[in-house]
This record gives sequence, structure tokens and C-alpha cells, in this order.
Amino acid sequence: MDSAALLLSLKLAACTVAILAPVGIFVARFLATRHFAGKPFVEAAFALPLVLPPTVLGFYLLVALGGHSPLGRWYEAAFGHPLVFTFDGLVVASVIFNLPFAIQPVQRAFEAIPDDLRHAAACCGLTDLQSLWRIELPLAWTGLVTAWVLTFAHTLGEFGVVLMVGGSIPGETKTIAIAIYDRVQAFDEAGAGIMSAVLLLLSMVAIGITFLASATRRRHGR
Amino acid sequence: MAILRLRRAVVRGCVACAVMLAAFPVALAAVADAAPLVAAAADLRFALDEIAADFRRATGHDVRIVYGSSGNFRRQIAEGAPFELFLSADEAYVHALAREGFLADEGVPYATGRLALVVPEGSPLKLDGELGDLATAAGDGRVRRFAIANPEHAPYGRAAREALQKAGAWDAIRDRLVLGENVAQATQFAVSGSTQGGIVALSLARSPDVQGRARFVVIPERMHAPLVQRMALTRRAQSTAREFYAWLRGPQARAVLARHGFGAPG
Repeated sequence: MDSAALLLSLKLAACTVAILAPVGIFVARFLATRHFAGKPFVEAAFALPLVLPPTVLGFYLLVALGGHSPLGRWYEAAFGHPLVFTFDGLVVASVIFNLPFAIQPVQRAFEAIPDDLRHAAACCGLTDLQSLWRIELPLAWTGLVTAWVLTFAHTLGEFGVVLMVGGSIPGETKTIAIAIYDRVQAFDEAGAGIMSAVLLLLSMVAIGITFLASATRRRHGR
Repeated sequence: MAILRLRRAVVRGCVACAVMLAAFPVALAAVADAAPLVAAAADLRFALDEIAADFRRATGHDVRIVYGSSGNFRRQIAEGAPFELFLSADEAYVHALAREGFLADEGVPYATGRLALVVPEGSPLKLDGELGDLATAAGDGRVRRFAIANPEHAPYGRAAREALQKAGAWDAIRDRLVLGENVAQATQFAVSGSTQGGIVALSLARSPDVQGRARFVVIPERMHAPLVQRMALTRRAQSTAREFYAWLRGPQARAVLARHGFGAPG
């Protein structure tokens, strides 16, 4: 059992959720409440990582962030280390890859709130932010929990992108999914088996939480 | 009201967990800084673990080793990967990186890689180092799948292709090949029982994990161009990496490499 890899994966998942939680709320609310020309294209762009092969995303990130790219050179000059093959690079990749998981459940939840309610809040003198914080977020909470749990679990299992931009460095970019692959190559089936069981358990807990959240919501109305 | 409080507690709990998890492993990264990163060809997986353990006992210093295909490491180092020492299975990659200015110098050869034919238990393939049976076995359907490392970027894959060509078996077997991303994966494919055999590194074929699942025979050196394994420090190398580099050239490390089936360097 490679506990450093598990810790690293948990850390990566937590960072991803921490970054995507606010992004998800604001993008989802914008998409749920505004209508504008080209909206389907914007929604499609945010949903793209759902169908994009991870290696394709990995390839573009490697090209865009690598040591030969302007962005990669700027980052290395600013922070003293390259962006690819580091934890920071994994966070960037993970945030992009999880956009649909962080946005879509929240957007569905916001869409389920009737416009009248928002208008009533405005009539009562609540600002937009107050309406979001006091009225809409408490109503959309199951969507939030679903989005965060899915993002967290999905990050734990990420493999293709991590392999492409991470490089399997212990304590830095060797996540648990990579560690399983590595253990199989070292003929260590027991090690791979334990780590796989841990991931299976975590995934089941995650999916259990999302179902529990939607069941609670149905039982109590919204 | 109770349900409202519960919702709020759940959301706050999630936020608190995320913040804590994001914050604590900063300490983890600081610990990891001490041990230098070594990029090592996949054929070294068992030998180098042993050498690193000896090195730790003798000096008290740790190294972090990443195993993979030499071709991938060559690209990663050129992209700025933070390795301090590169042990390649093919000296061409070291020379190329040195030319591009990523290495401290041209490095030194540390071993010569040898190939082995690996045949899992129960496979109908004959154990013949000259690979005489392979073309026939591919023709009469005894071999449906055969594992080698990817010749595009793994040196052992390229050597395996040369050996198969020399034996006159390449054309018969090429559409039966399964390609490992590196030679360790090819070995895993070869002994998994889903293939009828494979050509892999002798150092991996001799590892205890392969024994009991497969038999192997050494492939004669004249079947392929020599796999001169060269290592070099990168421009990022610090003192521990330099110390380990010197250790690898010492008698104790040489003995371990020889025991794992590597030939003497050069």
C-alpha cells in the first residue's frame, strides 16, 4: 500500500474541489439564469472534457505548459520550477478535466429554482449576492454536494492526464491510480489489489453520498 | 428547521474538509525535497532497488527512483522534469540530451543490457535462444500473442525487433505482437498467461517474481546491436545525486548489476 500516493491523490482532489467549488457556483448560476446568443456553445465547451479522451487533453497541456511553450517558460521564471511534471501542473490539468462535474449538477439545481423566487428576493430588497447566499444556495445544496463529491472521486481516479503531464514522481505526481499501474508492472499484485480495493471503497462511498443527497431532497421536498 | 441546519452543517463540513486537505500536505512536499529524483530505465527495476538500499545503508541518504521507458524520460527531461540523474537503457538518448544542454556531461556507460526469451508455464512455444521456433509457431497458430516493449521508444523493444528480424521471424510475428509501454510492462504481459511468450530484459526475466510463472533463456549477444546503458547527471544534480552516481560505478553496485543479468559496461 503506497500511502504517500493515496495522500497525494486526496490532496489533489481536495485542491481541485477547493478551486472548482466557487467557479462551479458562479458559472452554473450564470448559465442557469442568463440567456444569451451562443449559450449552447459555451455550455458545450464546459462539457467537452466529459467526452474528450484524457490523452488528448494531456497532449495539449504538455504542449501548452511544457518547457518549450511561452506559458511554461514564464511559469518557470516566476516560480523557479516547471509546471509540467509537478503537483501544480496536475492541479491545472485536474481543474480543467473536472469542469463538467463541478458545473453541471449545480447548474441543474439552479435551473430547478423558479425565477419568481429570485424576483421575490429582489423585491424584498436582497442584493444578487444575498439572494444567492440566503435563498438559492440553501435550495441548491444537493446539487453542490453532488458536484463536489463527483469532482473529488473523479480526481482520485484520473489516470491518462496524470500519466501524460505528471510523470509518476513519488510524493509529487505519483497518484494512487498511477501507483496501481506501477505496482502491476513490478509484479506486485497484492499491492495493486489493496490500492484498487481502497479506490473501489472510496468510489462507492462517493456515489452513495450523491444518491443519499438526492434521496434526502426528495423526501423533504426542496 | 432541523433540515435547514443539517444542510448548512453538511456544506460547512465539506468546505472545512477541503480546506484542511488542501493545506496539510505542503509539509509533505518539504520532506520530499531532500531525496533526489532518479529516472531509471524499466529494466533496472529490481537491481536498482537493491543498489539504492545498499546506498542508504552505507551513506544514510535516500534517492527517489522513477522507472519507465528511456524514450519517455528523454522527452520529459527535455520538457523540464525535475530529475537529477538519468539511467538510460540506450546511450543515444543520453547523447541527445547532452547535446541539447540538459545534462552536466556526456555521462558514463554503467552496464550492457541482455535480452531473454520468456515463455510462461503451459505455453506451447519452445525455449530456444536462437528464436528458431518463433516463425513456425506464429505460422501454425501456437503463438497467438507475443510481447515485446514498444520499439518506437523503448530500447529493449528495438533490440527485440532486431533479434526477431535476425531470426527471420519478424514478418510472421509482427501482427501478433502486444507492445508494452516499457520493458517491465512487456515482461508483465509476457508472463501474465495471456500471451505465449515475449522478448524482454534478462534482468527482469531473472527476477524472483517471474520465477515460478515462466521459464526463460538468454538470447545470444550477436542477435542484436549491443544495449549500452549510459547514465548521466542532469544540470539540476545536487550532492546526493552525485554521491549516488559515484556509488553506481563502485564495485558493490557493479556486483549487484552483474547478479541481475547485466553485462559489464562498454
